[in-house]
Amino acid sequence: MSEIDITGAVCPVPLSHNEQIVMGHGSGGRMAHDLIRKVFLPAFDNPALAAGDDGAVLDLPAGRTVVSVDSHVVFPLFFPGGDIGRLAVCGTVNDVAVMGATPLYLTAGFILEEGLPLETLRRVVESMKQAADEAGVKIVSGDTKVVERGKADGLYVSTTGVGILPEGREISGRRAQAGDAVILSGPIGDHGIAVLAARGELGFETTVQSDCAPLNGLAAAVLAAGDDIHVLRDPTRGGVATTLNEIARQSGVCITLNESALPVRPEVASACEMLGFDPLYIANEGRMLVILPRAGADEVLAAMRASKYGEGAVVIGEVSAAPAGRVLMKTPYGSTRVVDMLAGEMLPRIC
Amino acid sequence: MKYLTEYRDAELVAGVMREIKRVTTRPWTLMEICGGQTHSIVRYGLDQLLPPEIELVHGPGCPVCVTPLEQIDRALAIAARPDVIFTSYGDMLRVPGSNRDLFSVRASGGDVRVVYSPLDALKLAQANPEKQVVFFAIGFETTAPANVMAVMQAKNLGLTNFSVLVSHVRVPPAMRAILGSPSNRVQGFLLAGHVCAVMGYHEYPPLLETYRVPMAITGFEPLDLAQGILETVRMLEAGQVEIKNAYARAVTFDGNQPAQKMIQQVFMECDRAWRGIGVIPASGWCLRPEFDDFNAEKRFDVGEILTQESPLCIAGQIMQGLKKPHDCAAFGKQCTPETPLGATMVSSEGACAAYYKYGR
Ligand code: SF4
Repeated sequence: MSEIDITGAVCPVPLSHNEQIVMGHGSGGRMAHDLIRKVFLPAFDNPALAAGDDGAVLDLPAGRTVVSVDSHVVFPLFFPGGDIGRLAVCGTVNDVAVMGATPLYLTAGFILEEGLPLETLRRVVESMKQAADEAGVKIVSGDTKVVERGKADGLYVSTTGVGILPEGREISGRRAQAGDAVILSGPIGDHGIAVLAARGELGFETTVQSDCAPLNGLAAAVLAAGDDIHVLRDPTRGGVATTLNEIARQSGVCITLNESALPVRPEVASACEMLGFDPLYIANEGRMLVILPRAGADEVLAAMRASKYGEGAVVIGEVSAAPAGRVLMKTPYGSTRVVDMLAGEMLPRIC
Repeated sequence: MKYLTEYRDAELVAGVMREIKRVTTRPWTLMEICGGQTHSIVRYGLDQLLPPEIELVHGPGCPVCVTPLEQIDRALAIAARPDVIFTSYGDMLRVPGSNRDLFSVRASGGDVRVVYSPLDALKLAQANPEKQVVFFAIGFETTAPANVMAVMQAKNLGLTNFSVLVSHVRVPPAMRAILGSPSNRVQGFLLAGHVCAVMGYHEYPPLLETYRVPMAITGFEPLDLAQGILETVRMLEAGQVEIKNAYARAVTFDGNQPAQKMIQQVFMECDRAWRGIGVIPASGWCLRPEFDDFNAEKRFDVGEILTQESPLCIAGQIMQGLKKPHDCAAFGKQCTPETPLGATMVSSEGACAAYYKYGR
């Protein structure tokens, strides 16, 4: 007899703690098991997790294995267009996808603050399940730790993604070449502004929604339509400007953007205007940059526009040889300026 | 915000630029006063579109840049106190004091928070009655109405845990200092549109009389700036000495009179040190004695402040239009936005930061 039913006993027994997280939920003991059984298993149901061992045993298809880890500390936990759970799944799925790989499995590590309502955790986990289902990945291993009240802010989630990269495919920030076109999958700055608005820091109302989304479908469409894709990237923290600067330096090329072609929603543009931000530096969580030879751009653009999360794709710039390592912007006035990396922290805890 | 697109229209800007080229026959040096304008000019590359005869030099109108070192050191001392919540606009956090900045105070446990308005700081004071909430009230005439409003409200609410560290500066005395200097190079001014929206432009005719330089009240959008430059160059070429209002959609001669009245009730003129430039007589605003209870300098004994400026930094000369950021040996080397030696490298309105960010 492994389980004793103690709910009817009259002696001093531990409370069942069904409402909020307490230190015992991280004990590794009965309460921790309870939490796994009641919250995690129903959502992430799959044989590897249900086996209940210390690690997941995975059968991987042929190809090279891609592994990527990402931690998420966004505040607030829920914001228009997403939440920390969706973000934790999409962020890691996207990191694997922009390597050119097919994401298959995730692991999830949770750091929970004592006192976190169990209902909040349930909502986050449910959202992770939905995002994982949408992306077609399985969450096969997890861990939970609890820290004292005040030592964390609700909950943090760290996810690791595993994917398979076919032999011969090489997608890398080092491969941008003179003559390439730069495609962006949709409007920029939505995520950062949505989170800021949810924090009440804008001082005005906005309808902007986070773009948080799994991009593996879009990446697959790009790779199917173009046989010579050089670079895929998701411009998250630091925005499009920072990501393109990284690519320009990695590849030793110059990337020139066309300011009139940059897609920015009017709501995002006006919020940035009031706060003195540049949308080029604001984080995105569901956008993709594609760099490929100019000749193949139209076909890939059409494929992106036909797939979910790529409807707003446009060519925003081109790659040339010099000045190497620089990102330039052609203004509508015919002048040119340098677009530098972001210096320091602009918006903390947006992912 | 739709109305802005008209003032960014590339065709219209190109038209004004052509006109500037057409009327320019000689070299002229113009100064834009306001840091917001410096930022726009460099961001949109408007200086690249001007004929080579026209040189724009960048004025001292960046509040973060001119806040004097001793005031920043006072802020650091107050912010480090355990009983204080120190609130400030975000840019101020990275401005180097004598040996550290507000970010490092925060990292060592000080409660330093970024707010977008002094009224947010006031709310913090109401929500945290056991703490002293201090707001770093910096800025030109543009931020004065909100800052005096916060002080008035604190007084009306009878708050005893709210105070402001004031470092307010005014444009006209700074212009007088620049024009009165024997090394002055400025031949025409683009007046700061937002400052004039509050204050009007009744303060400028005396400057015009004394120094005989034409001025155009100028906005911030590319078309506004192009028009302000055109008006100024036209006057220079014609030998006219006048004030032209090229920002009439926001500025009247008298300005916002209720706001001016409110400012007068709370602030009075005082001498103020400008970082890198020195003390300019009657160039600042400080709290009237009846608001001593809300004066952070009175509330906290921050003692004698001994300041230490980086010997490499030439920001003062840049803000007087004597030098450009490139002339500084530290520019882009020891001094970058990540490791600023002077405040003009911190604020997005500072000339050094704008040159660095947009790759000049
Ligand atoms: S580059 Fe740095 S050190 Fe030089 S003047 Fe500008 S702020 Fe001062």
